[in-house]
Amino acid sequence: MINNKRSQTVAEIATIILFILFLSPFVLVVINSAKTANEVSRFPLAWPENWGNLFANIVTIWKSPNINYASSLFSSVLITVLSLVLLNLCAAQAAWVLVRTKTKLSSGIFFMFVAAMVIPFQIVMFPLLTWLRSITVLTGIRLLRTYAGMIICYMGFGISLSVFMFHGFIKSIPLELEEAATIDGCRRHQVFYKIIFPLLTPIHATVAVLNGIWIWNDYLLPLLVLGKGNAIQTIPLAVSNFVGAFVKQWDLIMTAILLAMIPIIICFLFAQKYIVKGMLAGSIK
Amino acid sequence: MNSKKEKTLIFWLFLAPALIAFAAIIIVPFFMGVLYSFTNWTSSTRADSELRFIGLENFTTSILDPAFSYSFGLTIVYTVINMLAINFMAFVLAMLVTSNLKFRKFYRVGFFVPNLIGGLILGYIWQFVFNSVIPSLAKVNEIFASLGLPENLMLGNRNTAVLALVIVGTWQYAGYIMMIYVAAIEGVPMELHEQAMIDGATTLQRIKTIVIPMVAQAFTVTMFLTLVQSFKQFDVNVSLTSGGPSVIHGGLPIFGTELLALNIYNTAFLSNNLAMGQARAVIFFLVLAIVSLVQVYVNKKKELEL
Repeated sequence: MINNKRSQTVAEIATIILFILFLSPFVLVVINSAKTANEVSRFPLAWPENWGNLFANIVTIWKSPNINYASSLFSSVLITVLSLVLLNLCAAQAAWVLVRTKTKLSSGIFFMFVAAMVIPFQIVMFPLLTWLRSITVLTGIRLLRTYAGMIICYMGFGISLSVFMFHGFIKSIPLELEEAATIDGCRRHQVFYKIIFPLLTPIHATVAVLNGIWIWNDYLLPLLVLGKGNAIQTIPLAVSNFVGAFVKQWDLIMTAILLAMIPIIICFLFAQKYIVKGMLAGSIK
Repeated sequence: MNSKKEKTLIFWLFLAPALIAFAAIIIVPFFMGVLYSFTNWTSSTRADSELRFIGLENFTTSILDPAFSYSFGLTIVYTVINMLAINFMAFVLAMLVTSNLKFRKFYRVGFFVPNLIGGLILGYIWQFVFNSVIPSLAKVNEIFASLGLPENLMLGNRNTAVLALVIVGTWQYAGYIMMIYVAAIEGVPMELHEQAMIDGATTLQRIKTIVIPMVAQAFTVTMFLTLVQSFKQFDVNVSLTSGGPSVIHGGLPIFGTELLALNIYNTAFLSNNLAMGQARAVIFFLVLAIVSLVQVYVNKKKELEL
């Protein structure tokens, strides 16, 4: 964008300064994770005296019953992965039949999915809890404080955007492809699983990224459905629970935060291209 | 089975899981929510037996409650400042990382990273920065001595605490919005720039006459995106300020940095008034619905112009 020599240098310097400013909070997390409580309160900007403290702090966090790191990580992974698999499969199926069925009912249902994207979580959250409790009373299926309840909630909250994204993509797939398969003797459902589903890979990645980042980081919904400090906790819940119990113990809080960030940073390093692309696609909804 | 029947069967079979989840999690609670906002809904365990319609009482009480009107006003102020700050920062970043820098791809990734981490954790990191790191600068040099005084803590004063929320909000979203601008800027044909440079246009002139008009479409997208994001801000609010410090408003001590989403949550759980919280959530929804309608209208108009 900027091309002459002098403004080039200015741009270079400005970028480096902003880059350092943007990433310095993360550096602070790392260096203060490697300190004792005393060291942190003495001077948070100082380089740690002994990096061995980092491992001592990690062990403390690992063993802390408030954060229960291994179990929280497992819950977060399980909830995110199962929600994504179900969302991608159900939304792709639904979007396909909605695209390929040209009736008023079909477009009505699609319109309903799109319109629901306006509904903010806040208007749904209180009655949702009452309603999930009534379902348990009626059917005996426990939904609050369980994986099943959590995953069904993410299905509900993620389905609108997911159907919308798949719908847009499937519209561009030529119908001739399906007709040819039908003539060759493919049954209706086989057309989807054998012909359409494999073509959806790029949009699967986009939808998974969009939902994955949101579900992984979500705090309010797990807080309501799982509750803080119960058997099943996601990582954000666990961190918040830990901060509540160890107020101002910044050395340990920083270690907890570091451990909470590591999984997503690792994912980002491996799937950077897809993540950026997916999140950009989501902005145009 | 004939093909028409099969088609109908597959239509419903394929749609069923999506529709059931959607109806159970969104539609039913949504209508329950609207209904409950007109009742005296309090304790969820014995709600059915004593539920009584009380008309618009929850709404009128909410509007007359200084804590709510304050929170509403604060949210609008925060949203406007946050929206401008994010978009300004994002545009500057986008201009920088689309220029001829050596490591521009690397910088882009760095600016984008905060967006990957949840608002809750970002808020805790910045609470540490504002409460411990910045005051500790007083030990570095006399010039910063005043930063060490407890009364100068950023989160201890309402105005600076709101500024702190904006700083964290900007840090969180600028990299994401930057990526949207980068995509738009890279869509501008290089020939336009070359021609303009041959004609002797300066960098600033080119930004004004080529880049800004070409990325105008992106501006509409990012403005609405950041508006809605800021208006819904909850996680950072909880972990950074939890609504504090308190201020006197309408003669009552109330939370000074309690944004609407947090106010709704606190009304229901802290003050144990579910129906009132629900009424506020309905107002919250109406505002967002109007914003969305405006957005659809603006986009339609833009499309017609093109």
